[in-house]
Amino acid sequence: MSRNTFTAASSSMSRRLFLTTTGALSLGAALTACGGGDSGGSSGSAEPVGQADIDKAMKTPTELTFWTWVPNIAKEIALFEKKYPAIKVKVVNAGQGTPQYTKLRTALKAGSGAPDMVQIEYQAIPTFTITDSLLDLRPYGADKLKDQFVDWTWGQVSGSDGEVWAIPQDTGPMGMLYRKDIFDKHGIEVPKTWDEFAEAARKLHKADPDVYLTNLAANQPAAWHGLQWQAGAEPYATSGDSDITISVDDAASRKLGEYWGGLAKEGVISVDPDFTDGWYAGLNKGKYATWLTAAWGPAFLSGSAKATAGKWRAAPLPQWDAAKPSAGNWGGSTTAVIRSTKNPIAAAVFAQFLNTDPASARMFATEQFFFPATKALLTDKEFVSDAPSFYGGQKVNQLFADISATVDPSFQWPPFLDQAATDWTETVGKSLADKTDTVRALGTWQSRLTTYAKNQGFTVKGS
Amino acid sequence: MAAARRHRSAGPLFVAPFLVLFLLLFLAPLGYAAYLSLFQERLIGGTVFVGLDNYVKAFGDSQFLHGVGRVALFFVVQVPVMLLLALLFALALDSGLLRLSRVIRLGIFVPYAVPSVVAALMWGYLYGPDFGPFAQLSRNLDLPAPAFLSEGWMLGSLANIVTWEFVGYNMIILYAALRTVPHELYEAAAMDGAGAWRIAWSIKLPALRPALLLTLLFSVIGSFQLFNEPNLLMKIAPDVISSSYTANLYAYTLAFTGQQVNYAATVSFLLGLVIVIASYGVLLTANRRRTP
Repeated sequence: MSRNTFTAASSSMSRRLFLTTTGALSLGAALTACGGGDSGGSSGSAEPVGQADIDKAMKTPTELTFWTWVPNIAKEIALFEKKYPAIKVKVVNAGQGTPQYTKLRTALKAGSGAPDMVQIEYQAIPTFTITDSLLDLRPYGADKLKDQFVDWTWGQVSGSDGEVWAIPQDTGPMGMLYRKDIFDKHGIEVPKTWDEFAEAARKLHKADPDVYLTNLAANQPAAWHGLQWQAGAEPYATSGDSDITISVDDAASRKLGEYWGGLAKEGVISVDPDFTDGWYAGLNKGKYATWLTAAWGPAFLSGSAKATAGKWRAAPLPQWDAAKPSAGNWGGSTTAVIRSTKNPIAAAVFAQFLNTDPASARMFATEQFFFPATKALLTDKEFVSDAPSFYGGQKVNQLFADISATVDPSFQWPPFLDQAATDWTETVGKSLADKTDTVRALGTWQSRLTTYAKNQGFTVKGS
Repeated sequence: MAAARRHRSAGPLFVAPFLVLFLLLFLAPLGYAAYLSLFQERLIGGTVFVGLDNYVKAFGDSQFLHGVGRVALFFVVQVPVMLLLALLFALALDSGLLRLSRVIRLGIFVPYAVPSVVAALMWGYLYGPDFGPFAQLSRNLDLPAPAFLSEGWMLGSLANIVTWEFVGYNMIILYAALRTVPHELYEAAAMDGAGAWRIAWSIKLPALRPALLLTLLFSVIGSFQLFNEPNLLMKIAPDVISSSYTANLYAYTLAFTGQQVNYAATVSFLLGLVIVIASYGVLLTANRRRTP
């Protein structure tokens, strides 16, 4: 699953990887490895590379290193190596999400050991472009791929001057998975608006104190950002080289804070940390009647809550304005090329091939159950007609494909996402768990981030 | 004469490997950290020399000070409990009165063989407020589930994990020290009419003093560097364990989350200083007590 991991080690897979690596990553290593040395590379010009150069590079024996956590990606790689026999791709699994970014950042600082290509989630792209670590893929023809991808994904991988920093791989438009059996038992209609959702939460918890309508994890800034996205919040905006607007407590976010903080305080939703043993057990034992998740959620859930097969259904997120349906995105990743690569052409061609070659792109959807980023697959009959029995034969892919079209394309991420995520957990997340004032916590989050950004040399505007 | 000179010239050769390693693996990183701590690298604007600014900042940084305070409290409470337990186990094993003493010795030591990461995960599961065994048990008895992961209990829960992990290790050190006490001493004491308790108090305990001091020093260092356990429990109790819960965790967060490598170096350097002072304090008290 390529769902987002804002916080380290949130899935069992990433946790295992995290465990094997934390030992090696002592502070000593951190201090000695982080020396001078810029991420380097010549200043990238946007001059297109000629086809002759590309052909030559793709026939030159080359070994590329690719960091990715996609399970069994060897199948997709084999397609590439079959087309370009001179190029060998070495796959390294350096952890999922944050643990991988940590290692990547360390390698970039050290000036050696960084891969040629790397899997990177949408929200982490600005964090790496601010340090000049990614290669602009335009000269290698990436700007011609725009129309193949869902519009909002292209906005996520594009820079302010039109650079193409990465090629979309999969996405996570958000929806709601719900337990039909629990809803039926208590006579609850699938909520269409957040107001209905809140009523249902109160009704359900009153009827059965052991069950909560949903769990809003107090450690999951990614889900919160997804909900902000849906609500039309614009928490971050960068302009120029060093100007940033931070307004994580804008009006839309405060509306969210009031809503979720209120439900948490009433105790009608739970706020357990997600992707933990207790949370998995809760999903399996029916503690949560819905899971507000992303398009990768259905496949993930059918693997980790086997005991509840057939009881789940999917629906769009409840809406703030039912007349104008919208959704946020949670997770999904891309393939980027590291600027320090010695083989930029081969690496850039690889990134494009992996995610646009019809056979390779389809494989992500059928082998790894990733939710596609290409328009072709989202309208592909075979893909959208899939009706898994875990969801009672519902066409879940079709539902999420429709949701994908309602994701606002303009949402932006900050160039210091890790800090934003940590600060969220310690302010907003903590307020949900402690049942204190979430709106005030939004203000604390805002001021912590502003202080951080100023210390890092940004010119901060905003609320 | 010639032989003596040859001996003398061979000396440095024997010391050289140690010196080289000491220089490369200890002094160099230390010096590098000190060097880093004098700069500030920003995402915008690059690296600037700031002199001792980072140190001034750290002394007024409540997150750092709270982290140090928390591990100091942890040290004061957890270490005596752990060492006392280790001492009791060592004395009991050494008394020869236990059946299956080898099995017991191994049993107490085994948790040390479990990596601390695994231990923290395991205890994290046991502490679970919904489906952890303790919670389930108390629910079956109609009692409220113990809040192991709440703000008030967390430090105790962490102390429990660390104690569980390290009692066996300390016990082995103490036990080994006990085995070196000459048997004639016990026989002489017995002849003078001393019982088992008297022997333990007057012979074994004084003989254990250097070993106890050693375990105490290890514990100072271990406590102040507390990292793995809180770092892992953070995933299941994010509202209780913040990213600056312990000083070491704070340094890690600064470097890897905030990308403030230089300030992280400052914090680590200061933490090292705190450990040196605490260790020196322990040594000083112990030595003062020894000389009457």
